[in-house]
Amino acid sequence: MAIIERPVTTQGVEIALPATPSRAQGGFKRPVATTGWKSWLFTVDHKKLGIMYGVMAMFFFILGGLEAVLIRLQLAAPNGKVLSASVYNQMFTMHATTMVFLFVMPMAAAFANYFIPLQIGARDVAFPRMNAFGFWCILGAGIFINLSWFFGGAADGGWFMYAPNSGPIFSPSHGVDFWALGLQIAGIASLTGAINLIVTVLNMRAPGMSLMKMPVFTWLQLVVQFLLLFAVPVITVALFLLSFQRNFGATFFDVSAGADPLLWQHLFWIFGHPEVYILILPSFGIISEVLPVFSKKPLFGYPFVVFSGAAIGFVGWGVWAHHMFASGLGPVSVAVFSISTMAIAIPTGVKIVNWTLTLWGGKLRFTAAMHFAIGLIVLFTIGGLSGVTHSVAPSDTQQTDTYYIVAHFHYVLFGGAVFGIFSGFYYWWPKMFGKTLNEKLGKANFWLMVIGMNMTFGPMHILGLQGQPRRMYQWTEARAGEGFFNLAFWNQIASIGSLILTLGIFLFIVNVIKTTRSKERAPLDPWDARTLEWMTSSPPKEHNFDVIPNVHHLDEFFHRKYEQDPVTHEYKQIATAEEILADQEAHADKHIHMPSPSYWPIVLAATLPIITIGVIYSIPVAIVGGIFLVLAMFGWALEPSTAPETDFDPPASEESTKELTPLV
Amino acid sequence: MSDVAVHEADHGTHGHTTSTGLSNNKVAMWLFLGSECLLFGGLISTYMLYRGRVSEGPRPGNVFDIPFTSVSSFILLMSSLTMVLAVSAAQNRDDRGTTLWLTITALLGATFVGGQVYEFTAMYNEGLGFTTSLFGSSFYTLTGFHGVHVTVGIIMLMSLVGIIKRSTIPGDKAEVVELIGLYWHFVDVIWIIIFTLVYLIPA
Repeated sequence: MAIIERPVTTQGVEIALPATPSRAQGGFKRPVATTGWKSWLFTVDHKKLGIMYGVMAMFFFILGGLEAVLIRLQLAAPNGKVLSASVYNQMFTMHATTMVFLFVMPMAAAFANYFIPLQIGARDVAFPRMNAFGFWCILGAGIFINLSWFFGGAADGGWFMYAPNSGPIFSPSHGVDFWALGLQIAGIASLTGAINLIVTVLNMRAPGMSLMKMPVFTWLQLVVQFLLLFAVPVITVALFLLSFQRNFGATFFDVSAGADPLLWQHLFWIFGHPEVYILILPSFGIISEVLPVFSKKPLFGYPFVVFSGAAIGFVGWGVWAHHMFASGLGPVSVAVFSISTMAIAIPTGVKIVNWTLTLWGGKLRFTAAMHFAIGLIVLFTIGGLSGVTHSVAPSDTQQTDTYYIVAHFHYVLFGGAVFGIFSGFYYWWPKMFGKTLNEKLGKANFWLMVIGMNMTFGPMHILGLQGQPRRMYQWTEARAGEGFFNLAFWNQIASIGSLILTLGIFLFIVNVIKTTRSKERAPLDPWDARTLEWMTSSPPKEHNFDVIPNVHHLDEFFHRKYEQDPVTHEYKQIATAEEILADQEAHADKHIHMPSPSYWPIVLAATLPIITIGVIYSIPVAIVGGIFLVLAMFGWALEPSTAPETDFDPPASEESTKELTPLV
Repeated sequence: MSDVAVHEADHGTHGHTTSTGLSNNKVAMWLFLGSECLLFGGLISTYMLYRGRVSEGPRPGNVFDIPFTSVSSFILLMSSLTMVLAVSAAQNRDDRGTTLWLTITALLGATFVGGQVYEFTAMYNEGLGFTTSLFGSSFYTLTGFHGVHVTVGIIMLMSLVGIIKRSTIPGDKAEVVELIGLYWHFVDVIWIIIFTLVYLIPA
């Protein structure tokens, strides 16, 4: 990785040296653009990549949302004609796939990439090029999976793609092939991202920041990365077996050839249940930052939140078969998984109590971020309670594959994961872009989303318990029933709710556009925050911190601003954020080493879709893609870890010469 | 992906120590190998579930040539020894010894892969194709994945020999040798498990 010397003068003004490579390195000349589209395409900066992850995830959120609206329009009236049965199957499959793999996971990665290095006082992640590679992989996977719409139809077996629906007889189009191979690429992104972020958190913490002084968001993201590290390879195996069956004639899931259909279910859910925590824990982390700040209190029971998060990470591996209670596992398995599923509600309950007690007695400020955080506590608890009803196996057999399940996971994923993400948007927007999102619009955004989501998913409890099957593409007036529990009424309510929800999301986009256009700058520390990411400028400088902070406390930034009076035990302000920043700039590190951009991540990532397209349509194309893959790996590996002197322009003036020291 | 992990830059370890004292690259390699355990766990489970399911074609006991595979397994295990010698030479800044032992390791690995190709061919001729039975599919998938891992290891070893020959500073790549060694030992340990479960324990 190249090292660009960034001399910093005593006033804290940076002079970025222009660097032009004079000779090829690892096959290409190094990219050097610091502005314009090239600076984004070849960047290895964790903050730029975080924003790119966010933009990509938001795009797929809107796409998946439109798919959901089409589903609800289809079910708004009896004998719906909006979608055909076949397109309806593709729609719900792609809605779930998009929301899980292309929205919530990349959005969590966006926050993780942007804020983990800032929260632990680091200047970048451990492997910046691998970070960029992960982003280009997930983007490639998203585009690749959605290409199937234009090549004969998308995947249509539901997001967990059970056999025999995934087989060539029930799914003859290439949709499932695109789906399986696309998720393989997404898996590579998750795996590299997980390794990268774990190493970053373990190895690159600022001096003094022990694990138990780490912000909770970073902690819970660490748990998530471990879950990804061990869950992704299991789905990788399952997807390989599926691809071998569909593309090379194996019969792994073909019951008529003697295969066991439960193999796929086990492999999928051994991945799939940890995946559920992969989706929700980042949002738990976000609101564990937001609630203390807007309650003006430290998080209640920090170690309990941390250890209950780790406990969820462990127990999350022992509950997968509760997705399979209806598959005839036998009484012992069902009893074991029933009990472990009830047990995992405990660490989650611990968190709910901790958050509530953080609010207790605090000086609450009801900002938009706080609204979403409290919304998460309430809505996730509703979803959690319906989850406990699934853990009771006899009641679960009644609920399996009904709308009751759909209600449950939308309460925990929309009410939980999505509300947490929106809380993060409102809380961290001023940090990322230097401008605060409009609070009034934010609260309208919140209330429309709360009303919309409860109208959409609340009635689904009733629909499900009344027996409306999940994935049913039409309902008829004759079988809707009468009275309070008739399916027609509640389906219509749910469809209206989905439009209100859409309006809420639309308000958020309006808010973003309005804020981006506004000239008003956010204050340096708009929320009186507690953690290290607020101890730098907004948006942060490329090297994050002028001085790597020495950490003495949990909530270090708060303790630099406030001091406890030894007699009254009251906290008194001793410094403002501006003063702390000015002090940092005055003592700025002279030589800050930043990784330089590289072409290789995007080149290497681009070879993967070539291979997967080749696997589906023509093996020679896959082989060509494989050759490019190996070449790109060599190019990457041979790119020197320190840029030679010839990569840099001669210094423009005498002054900067003095600042240039020999490279490592 | 291990290639990426191994050759990823020294950023973050240059000039200042890490919080754990271990280098970023080493922690990354251990994490990657942890992840690989689950990959092989899934493949081995699939094989164990399906090894008795033979609707047509030969059964497991009829196609395995245990003496032959024992010899090739022994060769693979010996390559772990030569890998250790390569790491030791690298730590002593002995570039000649390092490249010598790396090359021998790669050759032993290539012998093993060659043996696997021979074995697959023989089995195919006895009527066990990839799609013949669930046993065949899961056997070729499991051992094939392992064979690909050994092959990737050989490519990494040979690339490393080339890189060390080009580098001007002796002992420069000692840690990379160690990391590829970790990967190589891991692949060997997996083979011990596969050999025991697939070949030695009767279905």
